[in-house]
Amino acid sequence: MEQIIGLITGILFGFLLQKGEVLRFEKQVGFMLLKDMTIIKFMFTAVLVGMVGIYAFSAAGVISLSLKATNVAAIIIGGLMFGIGWAFAGYCPGTSVGALAEGRIHAVWAILGMLLGAAIYAEAYPVLKKTILAWGNYGKITLPQVLGISPWPVIGVFIVFGVVMLSWFEKKNL
Amino acid sequence: MNLSIFNARWNPYVAGALVGVLAVLSVVVTTLVLEKPKYLGASTTFVRAAGFIEKTVAEEHVAQNSYFNSKKVKVDWQMLFVGGVFIGAFAAARFGKTSKLETVPPIWEQRFGPSATVRAVGAFFGGMVLMFGARLAGGCPSGHGLSGNMQLAVSGLMALVFFLVGAIVTARFVYGQGGQ
Repeated sequence: MEQIIGLITGILFGFLLQKGEVLRFEKQVGFMLLKDMTIIKFMFTAVLVGMVGIYAFSAAGVISLSLKATNVAAIIIGGLMFGIGWAFAGYCPGTSVGALAEGRIHAVWAILGMLLGAAIYAEAYPVLKKTILAWGNYGKITLPQVLGISPWPVIGVFIVFGVVMLSWFEKKNL
Repeated sequence: MNLSIFNARWNPYVAGALVGVLAVLSVVVTTLVLEKPKYLGASTTFVRAAGFIEKTVAEEHVAQNSYFNSKKVKVDWQMLFVGGVFIGAFAAARFGKTSKLETVPPIWEQRFGPSATVRAVGAFFGGMVLMFGARLAGGCPSGHGLSGNMQLAVSGLMALVFFLVGAIVTARFVYGQGGQ
């Protein structure tokens, strides 16, 4: 059952990524060169809708959050490494698989590189765990917790910020 | 607005909003059916897939690796999810007639020429570095960027900012002011 639900969710996700045109190298690198904001429009809208839904269902007691740890050093170093690799590959892990499916066969090289990167990470993990991963770990925290307020004003700020930013992109034809 | 599956493209705001709905529904459905929430994510699957491949040549080594053990080398929800992405994207591209065979993307070609080998090396190197970074940061644009931020996670927001900064700065160096 777990696998069937995963498969159906993945099919729908891949379908929407493809229709939104965000799987493409030119859209991802076009964003990095600040010339085409398609992936930001797609991603930001998804996040805004997701925030409202997650906090509504969570407030109703239907679901629980599943947060990732805030390892500050690991997120900064890992995040920047991700960005560097992403600029060369032109694909992130989820989009590489979808890009291959729409005929961009060079994505296969990125996927193979990702598998090697994952294997290297597994070898380095025992050392990283004692060093970078242990530096500045603030645990599983949310912005509302840190600010000590209800999530709704935070969501409100994100929505206002999103609407202003996205309208600006539209005005500039990005 | 026409959301026909035969349309070449859907408005990115509409497609994005539908992904937001899907991400929430996924958590609700998996909580109700499986009794554990499944937030969308992709990069851990590459760890498990690497584990499966390594197992064929060095089973003992994989069994003793603490990272493979913590992630468990198995065919789980997320692995099928990533497989589903391939199927969904394939179907969407076929219905919309937007499938295109490409070995070297135009922006890359402008900078590095038409060689498929040079592109392969660049893509492979990029993939390797980005996955190491994603695992160190604890996720990729799906797990941190989408799932983390929709939970208002501090880790998700931080990761997304550094993903974007790293990519924007690197792209300036790699592609110059080029591209369309």
